[in-house]
Amino acid sequence: MNAVLQYTVQGLAAGSFYALAALGLAVIFGVLGVVNFAHGAFYMLGAVAAAVLLDTVGMSLWLALIVVPLLMLVFGMLVERLLVRWLLPLDPLYNLLLTFGLTLLLVDLVKRRYGVSGLPYERPSALDGRVQLAGVGLPVYQLFVIGVALLVCLGVWLLMTRTRVGMIVRAATERPELAGALGINVGRWVTPVFGFGVALAGLAGVLAAPFRAITAEMGSDFIIILFAVVVIGGLGSIVGAVVGGFLVGLVEAFGQAYAPTFAQVLIFVLMAVVVLARPAGLFGREEATA
Amino acid sequence: MLEVENLSAWYGEAQALREATLSVAEGEVVTLVGRNGAGKTTLVRCLMGLHKHLTGSVRLDGRDITTLPAHKRARAGLGWVQDDRGIFANLSVEENLLLPPRVSESAWTLEQVYDAFPALGSRRRAGGTTLSGGEQQMLAVARVLRTGARVLLLDEPSEGLAPVIVAQIGDIVRTAKQSGIGVLLIEQNVRFAATVADRHYLLAQGRLVESLDNDEFVERQDELLEHLGI
Repeated sequence: MNAVLQYTVQGLAAGSFYALAALGLAVIFGVLGVVNFAHGAFYMLGAVAAAVLLDTVGMSLWLALIVVPLLMLVFGMLVERLLVRWLLPLDPLYNLLLTFGLTLLLVDLVKRRYGVSGLPYERPSALDGRVQLAGVGLPVYQLFVIGVALLVCLGVWLLMTRTRVGMIVRAATERPELAGALGINVGRWVTPVFGFGVALAGLAGVLAAPFRAITAEMGSDFIIILFAVVVIGGLGSIVGAVVGGFLVGLVEAFGQAYAPTFAQVLIFVLMAVVVLARPAGLFGREEATA
Repeated sequence: MLEVENLSAWYGEAQALREATLSVAEGEVVTLVGRNGAGKTTLVRCLMGLHKHLTGSVRLDGRDITTLPAHKRARAGLGWVQDDRGIFANLSVEENLLLPPRVSESAWTLEQVYDAFPALGSRRRAGGTTLSGGEQQMLAVARVLRTGARVLLLDEPSEGLAPVIVAQIGDIVRTAKQSGIGVLLIEQNVRFAATVADRHYLLAQGRLVESLDNDEFVERQDELLEHLGI
């Protein structure tokens, strides 16, 4: 029983990174129709930025949680404006290739500057240690990660369901041409939405900085799992991204505990089962056939 | 109010519209009648800026809008109700109504919409596509009335609907007309067209072959039905 609680918290913490990043991936895919392969690299950049800012200017994790996503927002908007935008009228495969190339570039640039051995990150002492819950010592940092992720997911959900911006994004995701013909300037939302998605990947990276090894390659495995998450949740679905993220985190944690050799395989078994039962994912809509 | 001059449109090499010239005046209901494939929907898509391979000009209230993108045409006062009704499944009934921005002083308020369409008011929180086909058509028309659009482009609003609903749509079109809105109505339902319209254009193979006033139209109804093959 104690072990189950421990693995659950561990799984939800790992799932928090997936949920946040997959949320960004889902929003970008919804509005731009772009499968952003560079999302893992943006996650890595978020972690590296947090580490570098701590090392150079002594920026605390608390501040980094706000500053780094803002920097990534600007960076993402620049990437959209300067690169992604030009390929939007073409087949979506071109942007998949572009973002794949961007990944290689970013990873190598980070390797060149900071090496391959990994950057250190010391978490604030307030988040160290464990709290006792039902007789189990649970790591404070894992609980903190889960709390932040839930808060941000709730915020994004409110943004999407309760505001005019969210309404426009939902309409533009569903039928961009019709939204345009009703007077919505869909193009105006493309750049901020891309930046927002990238900022979420960056936030996941900052949260991961005290928790995972910060290396140039940390996004490579991450993006593979992330694709499994969005396939399970349903590509383009906001709720699906969050549920899929936490689900995959749990499968990973319990897999590592009880069947360590199969932990990664289990995620893809789950993906296969979901796709067989519901090809569009848990929360995906079947493509309407015209 | 809406003036279209020498509008030709192509899909690749194939010409879908040939030098169509037509106009809709303030408070006038004009239909565009023609067989499937005659170019009716292409014409509306050209007017909305969704089909760009074209020559000729489109003017709204004297202003040339031929090269404007779709969202600016909507803001200039064109209200499009597309043939599949175009209701967003991810938006509630009320959100569907509130999505398009207001474009003129004559915009309906939500209260006016719910007074005129009680079925929409009672389902305002429901998902847009959970409504019946007739209610979705009402929603689509109410949505453009709420923006205060000056010219409505209605693409087959009576298609697939029960006669009692078609009659209601006719009432809405007449209400719009009375408030000075111009309506371009695409129809295959000749009987319905005759009950609401002032003038009719006959479209065949991408060409406007005839323009009739409603009396002539009613007189020649049988001949027209035969021509249309309906």
